[in-house]
Amino acid sequence: MRHDHLITAKQLSRPDIEEVLDRAAEIDADLGAFADRREDTVLGLMFYEPSTRTKMSFETAIKRLGGDAVDMGPVDSSSVKKGESLADTARVIEGYADALVLRHPSQGAAKMVSEFVDVPLLNAGDGAGHHPTQTLLDLYTIRESSGLDGLNIGIMGDLKYGRTVHSLAHALTNFDAQQHFVSPESLKLPRSVRYDLHERGANVREHTDLDEVLPSLDVLYVTRIQRERFPDENEYHAIAGEYGIDLETLEDAKDDLTVMHPLPRVDEIASEVDDTAYAKYFEQAHNGVPVRMALLDLMLEQEEDR
Amino acid sequence: MSDHQLRVSKIRNGTVIDHVRAGQALNVLAILGIDGSKGEAVSVGMNVPSDRMRRKDIVKVEGKELSQNEVDVLSLIAPEATINIVREYEVVEKQQLERPDRVVGVLSCPNRNCITNADEPVETKFEVLDDGVRCEYCETIVREDLAAHISVE
Ligand SMILES: [Zn+2]
Repeated sequence: MRHDHLITAKQLSRPDIEEVLDRAAEIDADLGAFADRREDTVLGLMFYEPSTRTKMSFETAIKRLGGDAVDMGPVDSSSVKKGESLADTARVIEGYADALVLRHPSQGAAKMVSEFVDVPLLNAGDGAGHHPTQTLLDLYTIRESSGLDGLNIGIMGDLKYGRTVHSLAHALTNFDAQQHFVSPESLKLPRSVRYDLHERGANVREHTDLDEVLPSLDVLYVTRIQRERFPDENEYHAIAGEYGIDLETLEDAKDDLTVMHPLPRVDEIASEVDDTAYAKYFEQAHNGVPVRMALLDLMLEQEEDR
Repeated sequence: MSDHQLRVSKIRNGTVIDHVRAGQALNVLAILGIDGSKGEAVSVGMNVPSDRMRRKDIVKVEGKELSQNEVDVLSLIAPEATINIVREYEVVEKQQLERPDRVVGVLSCPNRNCITNADEPVETKFEVLDDGVRCEYCETIVREDLAAHISVE
């Protein structure tokens, strides 16, 4: 890892990704061996929108490394509410912490903050933009179940606003992966993501119908379609129903298909799928801790070397 | 200099932007933030016959030399334009526009959810693509009607 900050999955090369995943596997194999690796480290958590899980997984990760976290708390009780700029808040918290984690509703927020701070900054989601640490845990999960090369992966749901999808798509361009994007017409990949994938020469197909591709897939990554995206409730229900999966849908799938979801889910995946060998989404969520431990450890290690 | 230029008066010190694509003169003024309110002498020729372009616009601004930022944005909406810097009635410098790699602080981002549209101490930066520009913060690509995104103070 030779990055001061982690803002987008686009900046991750294949060796970067492999380094993080290898370190995560080491951690997974022997958690105790890493228990005091980052004893004097304080991680500053700046969550401008609620995301209990992502926040808790970063908090757990730094604590499992022997460090600690400070949290600016909910935005409505802080100086942010009094109108302090994000740039100022970040510069203040930088003085308390050895690294920062930022979640913000505006696209480009992490990129901007990275221009103001010197400590490592990790983007934990910026609007419909990027969510690179989610991508690393997604890749870790995929590597564990099917390997990262020669992959046929379907990515389905809200591809327009889904930042986890954008980050994953960028990262997969480093591997021999055929990406199939499945979504309703109104939620197709945004122009900017398509532009990047094209630039990278990625192997990409777009579909509106899962049946067209399901039988060939090794991995199916499902994301949530949000009600707020549709002005009309009926339209939402029609589309959500069409892009959900259950045991019947999976009849045509390969036996070793891996089904993933960044969670939380609403009803995109019927609970009857949970007990099958397809379901990897809870494992995927658990992988957040070792992967974030690995990432923090590597970024702080590099910081020490400077 | 052809005799067509005589249609608009000579300036003493300032900038002549020539070979502007017909119809773009007012956008050029918008980029320069010129609306006449500061009393600058501005002359605009529109749809002037031109050997090279058939019809062109031409803008002359007394007392103003363009900054590099202004030249960069100008090159996006009027790539064929030539810029002449005039001092004491003489053209002292002639510049053919070149497309820059990026433009800073002049365009505003059309994505309302972009951090550059929040109240933060940050200038907009756009990467210049072959057929448009791209916000370096939210990555939104703008291809159509760049002139509409020029942020004039
Ligand atoms: Zn933007």
